[in-house]
Amino acid sequence: MSDFPIPVKPKSRLRIALDSDLFYTFKRSPVAMVSAAVVLVLVLSAVFAPLIAPTNPFNPASLNLMNGFTPPMTPNAFTGESFFMGTDDQGRDVFSTILYGMRISLFVGVAAVFFAMVLGITLGLISGYVGGWTETIIMRTADVQLTFPSILVAMLIFGIAKGVTPVEYRDQMAIWVLILAIGLSDWVQFARVVRGATLVEKNKEYVQAARLIGRTPTAIMLRHILPNVLSPVLVIATISLALAIIAEATLSFLGVGAPPTQPSLGTLIRIGQGFLFSGEWWILLFPAITLLALALSVNLLGDWLRDALNPRLR
Amino acid sequence: MTLVRVKNLSRVFDVSKPWLNRVIERRSKAFLTAVSEVDFEVEPRSTYALVGESGSGKSTIGKMLVGLLKPSSGTVEIEGIDLANETDAAKIDVIRSDIQMIFQDPYASLNPRWRVRDIIVEPVASRGGTTEGLAEKLLEQVGLSVQDAGKFPHEFSGGQRQRICIARALASEPNLIVCDEPTSALDVSVQAQVLNLMSDLKDDFGLTYVLISHDLTVVRHMADKIGVLYLGRLVEEASPNDLFETPKHPYTQMLLEAAPQMDGFGREVQPPEGEIPDPINPPSGCAFHPRCPIAQDICKGQRPEMRVLNGTRVACHLAE
Amino acid sequence: MADPVLSIRDLSVEIPTRHGIVRPVDGVSYDIQAGEILGIVGESGAGKSMAGNAVIGLLNPPAHISKGEIWLKGQRIDHLKGDAMRRLRGKEIGMVFQDPLTSLNPLLRIGDQLTETMLTHLPISRAEAEKRAVAALEEVGIPGAAERVNSYPHEFSGGMRQRVVIALALCAEPSLVIADEPTTALDVSVQAQIIALLRRLCRDRGTAVMLITHDMGVIAEATDRVAVMYAGRLAELGPVRDVLTHPQHPYTHGLMASTPLASQGKSRLHQIPGAMPRLDAVPDGCAFNSRCPHATDKCRQAPVPRLRNGQAACWYPLVDEKVI
Repeated sequence: MSDFPIPVKPKSRLRIALDSDLFYTFKRSPVAMVSAAVVLVLVLSAVFAPLIAPTNPFNPASLNLMNGFTPPMTPNAFTGESFFMGTDDQGRDVFSTILYGMRISLFVGVAAVFFAMVLGITLGLISGYVGGWTETIIMRTADVQLTFPSILVAMLIFGIAKGVTPVEYRDQMAIWVLILAIGLSDWVQFARVVRGATLVEKNKEYVQAARLIGRTPTAIMLRHILPNVLSPVLVIATISLALAIIAEATLSFLGVGAPPTQPSLGTLIRIGQGFLFSGEWWILLFPAITLLALALSVNLLGDWLRDALNPRLR
Repeated sequence: MTLVRVKNLSRVFDVSKPWLNRVIERRSKAFLTAVSEVDFEVEPRSTYALVGESGSGKSTIGKMLVGLLKPSSGTVEIEGIDLANETDAAKIDVIRSDIQMIFQDPYASLNPRWRVRDIIVEPVASRGGTTEGLAEKLLEQVGLSVQDAGKFPHEFSGGQRQRICIARALASEPNLIVCDEPTSALDVSVQAQVLNLMSDLKDDFGLTYVLISHDLTVVRHMADKIGVLYLGRLVEEASPNDLFETPKHPYTQMLLEAAPQMDGFGREVQPPEGEIPDPINPPSGCAFHPRCPIAQDICKGQRPEMRVLNGTRVACHLAE
Repeated sequence: MADPVLSIRDLSVEIPTRHGIVRPVDGVSYDIQAGEILGIVGESGAGKSMAGNAVIGLLNPPAHISKGEIWLKGQRIDHLKGDAMRRLRGKEIGMVFQDPLTSLNPLLRIGDQLTETMLTHLPISRAEAEKRAVAALEEVGIPGAAERVNSYPHEFSGGMRQRVVIALALCAEPSLVIADEPTTALDVSVQAQIIALLRRLCRDRGTAVMLITHDMGVIAEATDRVAVMYAGRLAELGPVRDVLTHPQHPYTHGLMASTPLASQGKSRLHQIPGAMPRLDAVPDGCAFNSRCPHATDKCRQAPVPRLRNGQAACWYPLVDEKVI
């Protein structure tokens, strides 16, 4: 005897996603839709930069120093070439450098957040589920780290890493060191949130049911608890991404991040600010606007996601 | 042969504040005795019910029966094997698949991210058994449809979820199912459906139930034998008829008198005095003596032993 | 008969959702007299709490009253907003909820909570209010009331806390008390104490009580009349003894018969087939028609059977069906 028979096929995951409340609120939030569109355009243009960019700014052969300091949309006095966003001191097309710079920025941001997320989730799950001294050690370490500004932590790690890498590899390793530095400075909030959610989930009866049939703690953490603590992680990951992009830009601006041979948006801004007062405003302005648009829309998307996933605000 | 043998079972929880707080506030450690020296046996293919109010330790006993908690002292033997002290992994594995549990909250006892099929077969799949068609077979046995296997728990009502929990409990073909308040989160009409299902399955599969409940009417309907708990102690154990017709322990009498009755229109009962004492500092002697209408000096000084009285086991100095 | 304290006329509550409008309360009418305890019973989702919330103006938007009238002591209150409703809520309507902790401010001594409530609603001095606070605690059976007024809510046990909530609900001398599952979180022995207390206070003060619960035993012991709700509608309304022993609506009959008590000595419990329809899928005509053993074509078509003069909202009320 069935309570009410409904002879329907089980729904696919895609169908469930499209029917979900999350997608429904997304369709009703103009801010979220615009932010998502901006993020999508920026990410796609970064990914396909080699196809979109008019020139490869890092190929010395394509550069003409005569093109230096060309204002946007104005023909160069010597060569007559015109550039959408102008050129910098070395005659590189600013539009192209932005597209390539965004690749570095996004890659560093995403990789750093992913690294922080994996580290934070692992430590959070373990400290929440195992408890005891393990928890105390992990969470007190997190507390201590939180007392330092994360940019300081990142600079510290960056400095140490730079010190131990041989000089000839420094430029190659810079990007990876940057990812490590930002990731390590950012794992704490993941760990805290995951630990809190784990403490709630582990007392639920489905976890007891799994313990009862003799499943190992690892299996319970990964198969049972992890899928149920991911929603808040998703929110933090999005907002962290915006922060990581900014952190990377900050480090690069300070000159401790991406090397001039692989400039990120932050490096471009650092280069640009030198020319601001001599009248070549476009070298600074366009990278800055791109960074702003990227960070802001990722952040707004994260804000919307947090509200949408929090049932109390709905 | 007895299926479950509980001997002198106790469980103490350390409810002390953290070490630093204790030092600063100059307090000693605090211990809560949730279960204290409980003895009982469950016959195969019978339903043994544990009733009691909050803090009576009934859920703690349930968790010790299935091995979710270790006893502080005493033993739980199931099919002659003591899960807490057994070292042979093969034997533990056999017992684990022989014991299952049904929980109170059907909304918390199913993983919301898993499909029903995966939930139901987990007890078998995690041991590497074959699960082909198993979920579908069990769903039909608990009165759901085969199509339900592919759905997620949130698509079901509370009663249907409890059926899914029952299907999961049956998957490893257990002998013993511990049911911790299986229907207290359900509406009356749904409760009837679930209780009937449990009775049918008991006959079909030759199951033994340990039923934990605070609801006297449910217990009376389901149980072959009832143990009444008060503050972690077993105070009376009898068949339903004996317990409800001639309760021997004053606490049982009070509980039966206080329970609302469907035909008790405008009943003017003298409500029982007082509340359940703090289990961290339980009363001396018989734990019920501060509320007991017939308590005497011996009840304060000496904890009563279980004794047999006309087929009823009762822990009271004065019961007769 | 005197004018009822509370009179609800054809009340409907609607919630617009993305799947359409649902009606958790649909055309419900009942009165409560002074000194009377009216039980509202039904399964989860039947709309029993929503009806109580509508009376006190505590519907969570987007839920709103879409139809009908609510009268309290001859004053129409369903249109009251903001301040007017708040004042009325404190003064004329007392509330007791399932979880006593949510009704008490954890940061205030209970004596202060009582005196504040009285000073807001009654024309008395602070000294008088403080005296009455002690008296109120004594009345609800809190031992050592004179000292306990200085305690905080967390210093009380669950049963004692519910007594404090009842004292708080009654201290402004309201004419109506709405008690939503007041004993559900409590143990059997404490539940009996609270029921006895509610009955005594109601009788002594002539307060009208709306007692919302899912527990048939509580209904039987505590109430004078009972309203049975099903899928947002009133299925049956009458004196508690008549409704429980001789139910006329097939749903009430099924509900009563499925309690373990009614099936004593039988190996199986009576079962109502199926489940209550979801609010967005209530069938045409009688909401119970798909589960009813007596349903005919008339039951499956509009209009909805309503409670008019009889005891049950049913085209074919049961006669002489004894349950217990």
